[in-house]
Amino acid sequence: MFQIEFDNDKIVGIDLGTTNSLVAWMNLTRPEVLPIVPSIVSLTPTAEIVVGEKARQELIDHPDRTIYSVKRLMGRGIADVQEELKLFPFQIANDSESIIRVLLGEKTFTPPEISAFILRQLKQDAEAALGQPVKKAVITVPAYFNDAQRQATRDAGRIAGLEVLRLVNEPTAAALAYGLDKRQEGIIAVYDMGGGTFDISILKLHDGIFEVLATNGDTHLGGDDIDNRLLRIALEDLQSEWGEDVALIGEAVQTLRQEVIRAKESLSFLPVAHIDFAWHRKRYHREITRELFENLIKDIVDRTLGPCRNCMKDANVTPEQIDEVVLVGGSTRIPLVRSAVEVLFRAKPHTELNPDEVVALGAAVQAGILAGTVENQLLLDVTPLSLGIEISGGVVSRIIHRNSTIPASASETFTTGVDGQTNVLIHVVQGERELAKDCRSLLRFDLKDIAPMPAGMPRIEVRFLIDANGILNVTASDARTGKEQSIDVQPSYGLTLEQTEAMIDAAIEHGEEDLQAAQVALARVDADAILLAIDKAKRNDAWVELTDADREQIDNAIRQLQTVYHADDHHAIRDAIDVLNDATHKLAENMMNTAVSGALKGTKL
Amino acid sequence: MNYFEFLDLPRNLDLDAKDLEKRFYALSRQLHPDLHSRKSPAEREQAEESTAVLNDAYRTLRDPIARAEYLLKLEGFDIGEQTTKDVPPELLEEVFELNMAIEEADEDQLESARARFEGMRMELDGELQQAFGKWDATHNREALTAVRGLLNRRKYITNLITKAHVPDRI
Repeated sequence: MFQIEFDNDKIVGIDLGTTNSLVAWMNLTRPEVLPIVPSIVSLTPTAEIVVGEKARQELIDHPDRTIYSVKRLMGRGIADVQEELKLFPFQIANDSESIIRVLLGEKTFTPPEISAFILRQLKQDAEAALGQPVKKAVITVPAYFNDAQRQATRDAGRIAGLEVLRLVNEPTAAALAYGLDKRQEGIIAVYDMGGGTFDISILKLHDGIFEVLATNGDTHLGGDDIDNRLLRIALEDLQSEWGEDVALIGEAVQTLRQEVIRAKESLSFLPVAHIDFAWHRKRYHREITRELFENLIKDIVDRTLGPCRNCMKDANVTPEQIDEVVLVGGSTRIPLVRSAVEVLFRAKPHTELNPDEVVALGAAVQAGILAGTVENQLLLDVTPLSLGIEISGGVVSRIIHRNSTIPASASETFTTGVDGQTNVLIHVVQGERELAKDCRSLLRFDLKDIAPMPAGMPRIEVRFLIDANGILNVTASDARTGKEQSIDVQPSYGLTLEQTEAMIDAAIEHGEEDLQAAQVALARVDADAILLAIDKAKRNDAWVELTDADREQIDNAIRQLQTVYHADDHHAIRDAIDVLNDATHKLAENMMNTAVSGALKGTKL
Repeated sequence: MNYFEFLDLPRNLDLDAKDLEKRFYALSRQLHPDLHSRKSPAEREQAEESTAVLNDAYRTLRDPIARAEYLLKLEGFDIGEQTTKDVPPELLEEVFELNMAIEEADEDQLESARARFEGMRMELDGELQQAFGKWDATHNREALTAVRGLLNRRKYITNLITKAHVPDRI
């Protein structure tokens, strides 16, 4: 009777950010969020993976074993990240082709695996705080993430042992968090400038329905770019003042980077900030006024305005029609960003919620919608990029347009060009450009085992479905017979299904120790529950009715449980709980009887 | 099930946007995968599929031109081929002049050509509206033939407008 049950379906909301990550969940009717975890992962010299604040220190002590901003590499090929490699100290393994492999010391990891380390940390933090296992999650992604970047994020969740129930776009999540549904109708713009990405979304609100009208953005624009700008200036100063180039010394660069970030952050509320940097008994000092800072970053802030205007055009709204503006992401603390937004949308933006937490809070609300605990609210999101197939001449034929509400689908019929041809190769791309080579290659698939027929006779119908996560699913059937057509999909970037499975298996092996810690935490939760229940029972008549021997047996069992409680051995805790449970059978029985006789006493005969 | 049936609407060309939106929201509240996430995988897939159809239907029917093209296809009209037989000769003359203007990159001339074409399209949209009304009142195939002719002309003019677009000076 003292057994307790878990709500095994607890769904958490996770903001897997470029700079920081957070986990949140619905606590009755309000979202609750745990403190920020910096998105930094390090492999210590003793081969231990550390994440968050602990890894931040490693960034200085062991920069070659530590990585930050890995989100910039998610779902990307080596050719895509040449620009990033100039600015970020990513160490890419030589065998990286369609999947990037990052070196941490002597080991290599793919970006989804590194993100999975962050997710696993968040999962553990949530489990410890909630006192129950966490297996399901909603994870947020930048609205402008393409298919490969979304898949990479979902892979990361699976490698971390999470069932990813939904990928939600970050700006949309933020709109949910603001609970703007209290306003019955209206148009909302969400301006989201994070560490590495920029998103703008325009939503229409209607009685609890959040309908995204359009979204736009830049997956390579954010606070990191501002940091890099300041860092470059400081490095140039050092070069001329000290006659020394420290740009290649990882430790020095990381210390200096943290120093410029500090200066940047204080410029959000002070008119002047200082960069102080000491290295090998040399000292560098520079004063930066807000005016100078604003001149330095103006072009970066201006780069967000084009996507905003395009988004309004696609949503078919004018600035005057926008009722509310919501700011998301740490970079929106910068006064210049705020004033740029105010001028563009002609509205004073909402800043009541912490811009670092708002996305995670919204993810928790979405988790609540999926769990059925949040009622009447519904998100209708869109796909940020058009989907097309390559036709003759390398031209793109568009089949699902950008800003289509998802899930969205399209069907196309394909045939053969040569007599007896048994397969057709199809190239799917994402993007707005006319030529396939200028768009993002998503995947190639081979329609195989077509029955040999004269050219043009076979009719293979291919259905493209962009699901509610914004991820493409392709199925094919013979249009004449309706028979399913075999299809072999090769993603252009990212992991194949087999590779993901292998990583999940490997993660489960490495996860043994994590599992151990989680099981101990969970056993303690059970122990707390039964000790509390017995404490209460001792005030019941049933306790008095026990024999001295019974009472002593229970007290002994309690002491035994208290002894093993702090040992890191969940078996010992579980065993002690079982012993205590057995010892309390009589007590439980007595309590039942007291309850029954109590009830009888109250009944008039 | 076609899009009109899916949204429980008659096969009309003149639809009330507010009413359409209301139907879309109401069906979203029933079908959306977010509201079926605790069901079996088969039911979840069904929710995903039926919501995709709903979204496709709403997207198609909410735009008058896409709606008309969809209805023509449903009624067995071939709309894939663009023919010049629906294009009046005076327009062909305009096209000749436009090509000259593009060749000479005369911005003023392009601008005025574009304004003229936009005027034509507006006039044509008025005619389309009338043709829509005729179909809705009679559901007579002849009315649709007229709609198809107007749509072809409209497509032609829209292409001209795009062509006459003065590139944005950045």
